[in-house]
Amino acid sequence: MPAPTARLRTEGLTKTFPARSGADGRLSALEGVEMTIDPGEFVSIVGPSGCGKSTLFNLLAGLDRPSGGRILLDGRPAESLLGEIGYMPQADLLMPWRTVLDNTVLGLQLSGVSRREARERAREEFPRFGLEGFEDVWPAQISGGMRQRAALLRTFLAGREVMLLDEPFGALDALTRQEMQQWLLRIWQEDRKTILFVTHDVEEALFLSDRVYVMSGRPGRFELCVDVGLERPRELERTTTAPEFAELKLKLIEPLRRASAAAHAEDA
Amino acid sequence: MGNGRRRLGLESRAARIAAPAIFAVLVLAVWQLYTVVSDVPESSLPSPTEIARAGWDNRQLLLDNMWITIEEILIGFAAAIVLGVVLAMLIRSSRTVERALYPWLVVSQMVPVPAVAPIFVIWTGFDLRPKIMVIALVAFFPIAVNTIDGLRAADPQLLRLMRTLKASRWQRFRYAQLPAALPFVFSGLKVAAALSVIGAVFGEWVGASEGLGYLILVLNNATDTATMFATIFLLALIGIALFGLVMLLERLLLPWYHEARKETNDDGVAEPPPDAVEIGARL
Repeated sequence: MPAPTARLRTEGLTKTFPARSGADGRLSALEGVEMTIDPGEFVSIVGPSGCGKSTLFNLLAGLDRPSGGRILLDGRPAESLLGEIGYMPQADLLMPWRTVLDNTVLGLQLSGVSRREARERAREEFPRFGLEGFEDVWPAQISGGMRQRAALLRTFLAGREVMLLDEPFGALDALTRQEMQQWLLRIWQEDRKTILFVTHDVEEALFLSDRVYVMSGRPGRFELCVDVGLERPRELERTTTAPEFAELKLKLIEPLRRASAAAHAEDA
Repeated sequence: MGNGRRRLGLESRAARIAAPAIFAVLVLAVWQLYTVVSDVPESSLPSPTEIARAGWDNRQLLLDNMWITIEEILIGFAAAIVLGVVLAMLIRSSRTVERALYPWLVVSQMVPVPAVAPIFVIWTGFDLRPKIMVIALVAFFPIAVNTIDGLRAADPQLLRLMRTLKASRWQRFRYAQLPAALPFVFSGLKVAAALSVIGAVFGEWVGASEGLGYLILVLNNATDTATMFATIFLLALIGIALFGLVMLLERLLLPWYHEARKETNDDGVAEPPPDAVEIGARL
């Protein structure tokens, strides 16, 4: 069966860096990464730190060029991916000199939308992002969870179809984190943007995603891809206590542990 | 909650004004007492009341000369700002320019300004110009150095994020690097404000026929120590006013910076270098 055109696809993606002084040859950060993400899919990548996730995201965001292989956006190889894909790094990176509202319009403003129109469009989204009433305060005055939602709204409003979210909830406390996961699922279900999500947390990946890639490092590659297939809409208590959830978790943990051990062995 | 917080804010503001005021009164009282108890002559150390009286009696003389010095300071300070900011942007614009200029920027501060001031007088004569040049020469440096640091202060991650949003180099400067630099620029301005007054006095000492610095020389020759002290206070007052003006501007232009500093500082707001703040606060 011919698959419909993937929204985002990588073929044999490779990235090498010059080796540190003394050693000859090059350091391989990514080797033959193959990935396919369909329109509207929610896909996660889990892997130990240093497995090359950041390198992969930099390539996908267009901040860096691959050494080999290619990236296809909607079936076409992109000349430059810069500005094609929404990118949200782990730190919220809100500008302290802009109000929350003015922070969220950054992407619109940079693409030439007038300040007034941009603010109007952003204002409409504030209730849905749980930011109503905080339009005109400084980012330093709101909580970490709210700052992440503001950063996410900034990414949403930039209007890209694919969004890379790099551990967006990594710095939040457990409770806030769960709230944010449920909230993100709701937003995703309403908008059906394509999301590629990076996390350390297997449960987070399973709860949110349609598919989960397990990544191992040095050189970075995908070890495994698991279809989650848990029914949607998902609810935290019901979904995470289902027996299928536990089964999937077991399936992921073993390869992840191996990848992690390999990473540590090489550190030693 | 909000009310209590506001009251607390008022209290601390009152304390901030009252504490130094009480201290000043205390110092003046001890000073006055000392001049009465000891038999120090008025020509070496006049008492505060004698200084006040001398200042009042010579108010016309002092005011006339004050306006001249204020004019020098304002023009010189403005020149220092232009020179400092332009130089900083030039230095940050390219690696080569930075390498070529930065060492000379530092060397410019090794030159003893009172020693070069006479040269300015030879070049330009006895009018405003040599004073402005001296003020600009001593005051541009903290502005330039702080602005250079400020232009480096923008989070590199934020600049990368902006690239993924297709921001041009100009947009990255306009929306990220420039606003991130402003708090640094202002801490440079505060130091420069204090230095401008010093520069004006140097400038007038070398060659002038009017101004508060010149007046100090004249009063020194006449051993009118009380009026001399009054002149010094007036000079300090000008410095304080200029410093206050810079602080007011900072509050108006960077409201976010004050809010952020009030909150616990865990939000990555770049703090200006502490030495600059200290020098500024010493005024």
